[in-house]
Amino acid sequence: MSLQTPARTVPPKGGKPDSDENTTPHGGITGVTPRSRILVTGLLVAAAGYFLLPVYWLVVASTKSTGDLFGSFGLWFSHPQFLSNLRKVVTYDDAIYLRWAANSILYAGVGAAVATLLAAMCGYALAKFSFAGRDTIFNVVLGGVLIPATALALPMYLLFSEAGLANTYWAVLLPSFVSPFGVYLCRIYAAASIPDEVLEAARIDGAGEIRIFTVVALRIMTPALVTIFLFQFVGIWNNYFLPLVMLSDSKLYPITLGLTSWQSFADRQPQLYQMTVGGALVSVVPLMIAMVVLQRFWRSGLTEGSVKG
Amino acid sequence: MPTRAPRRRRNLAPVVFVAPFLLLFLLTFALPIGYAVYQSVMDVEHTGALGLGGSHTVFAGLRNYSDALSDHAFVRSIGRVLLFAAVQVPVMVALSAGLALLLDSASARGVRFFRAAFFLPYGVPGVIASILWGFLYVPGVSPLVDGMRHLGVSVDLLGGDTVLWSIANIVTWEFAGYNVLVLVAQLRTIPAELYEAARIDGASAWMTVRHVKLPLLRPALILTTVFTIIGTLQLFAEPLVLKPVSSSIDSAYTPNLSAYNEAFTNDNYHLAAAEAVLLALAAFVLSFGFLRLINKRGGDA
Repeated sequence: MSLQTPARTVPPKGGKPDSDENTTPHGGITGVTPRSRILVTGLLVAAAGYFLLPVYWLVVASTKSTGDLFGSFGLWFSHPQFLSNLRKVVTYDDAIYLRWAANSILYAGVGAAVATLLAAMCGYALAKFSFAGRDTIFNVVLGGVLIPATALALPMYLLFSEAGLANTYWAVLLPSFVSPFGVYLCRIYAAASIPDEVLEAARIDGAGEIRIFTVVALRIMTPALVTIFLFQFVGIWNNYFLPLVMLSDSKLYPITLGLTSWQSFADRQPQLYQMTVGGALVSVVPLMIAMVVLQRFWRSGLTEGSVKG
Repeated sequence: MPTRAPRRRRNLAPVVFVAPFLLLFLLTFALPIGYAVYQSVMDVEHTGALGLGGSHTVFAGLRNYSDALSDHAFVRSIGRVLLFAAVQVPVMVALSAGLALLLDSASARGVRFFRAAFFLPYGVPGVIASILWGFLYVPGVSPLVDGMRHLGVSVDLLGGDTVLWSIANIVTWEFAGYNVLVLVAQLRTIPAELYEAARIDGASAWMTVRHVKLPLLRPALILTTVFTIIGTLQLFAEPLVLKPVSSSIDSAYTPNLSAYNEAFTNDNYHLAAAEAVLLALAAFVLSFGFLRLINKRGGDA
């Protein structure tokens, strides 16, 4: 029961240059006709339009007054007042929005950092030591990848509330520390990229296991670790079900939960429609910029996961 | 791969490395599953006249499961996500593969821009994507619906027949770009010699796609498909956010919504647990079933 296909192995990566700079794709086919170029570009532009349209709408909508949000053409500006909208978003209800943002950063930042470290330790041990139960542990963890997170959240809530952990920061943080996919990726990566000879040499030099891990293994595994951190960060940031189930105090909400709570009150307080829109823009833009900037890391890490996947 | 016979001082090291993850894994995966299974076979029984004599928890066997499976709304919700998966998974995978192949083709220009544009929505949380698209679906706010009406086409994107596909659109919008990135990454690992060989053999662009690129994309396509299946069964945030604007979405629209509602609105944790277990089982069976099907068919290739 594994996701591995035996056809290919992961090539050890020794700083292979990312093909990002190479904007000429290697289709390898000669004789590109102008017609096929126009066709391909047309299709790509259409797809980009589809993916960017809601973002464009969001940018336009965030500049409007509540009245214009419903009363003016959605794809063009009308009496822009972005700054005053922004001020309302961040000051409303004792600046609760900023608190939600800080909570999201805490959950996603701390959660992803701890998850990455734990996955690295576990994956490294599974790849580089032989011990009883090793394969069992790996298979159970792999099974964990296939369990829908939302099926776990309900029973976890019941357990946590009996332990007095529900409605605390820990209720969201503890589950965020666990990344079965991270362990899977680390094991594959460590097995392929950390030579046994290097570990042996370090041992002969008298280095302890923990020192070898922190100095040698973590450094070699860095590309995989960056990937896991990003995955986990975005996963926690975008998570909705777990905090919804666990948290009842709005002071502990992450931004996703906060915005939906605004949206659900908007029937009675129409100004909250505008604030949901503005708040959504403010929450989404930093992550979008991060996505675009960090793409190359994603891709280099994704290949490791998918080649074996 | 395993190092040679572990020496004494190394015996403790793997335990130290594995233990923290394993403990938390047990706490957040094994224990909740065990607890859900336990809860699902128990039930609250009321005693005395009108059930006012107090209540205690008793073993109920499979009663909660039979209750869940004889609840029409819940069974319909399962059928709904299966229908959703049957359409959305192939559409998403085909769209992702198509865009990845276009990006990888020799005719593509501005690859970096397009890749970034496709990937952008992955950074948008599902609930926020649903809020966004929700505005784009509601008549009076949506420039799409209003624009269509000006052209004489009236569409109801939130009606009983359409809202499921409006949700499918949100999910596709969110994740297609991520899948494109996985597939493009895989295509980049294809050695240039293979293309060279195909060219010398006189293969057309289409034949290269068919006989070189698609077979080598297989592992990544399998991975994306399995993750998409698992994601589909978990549908929750999208219908929940669209619920206030669409009368066609009820509190048991998806299995997850149903379990959430049983637990937090009806206080029926035992039934909710049974529904959660059924959901996890379905995800397992479908994912493994798909993997087995693929391995059987392509195992000798």
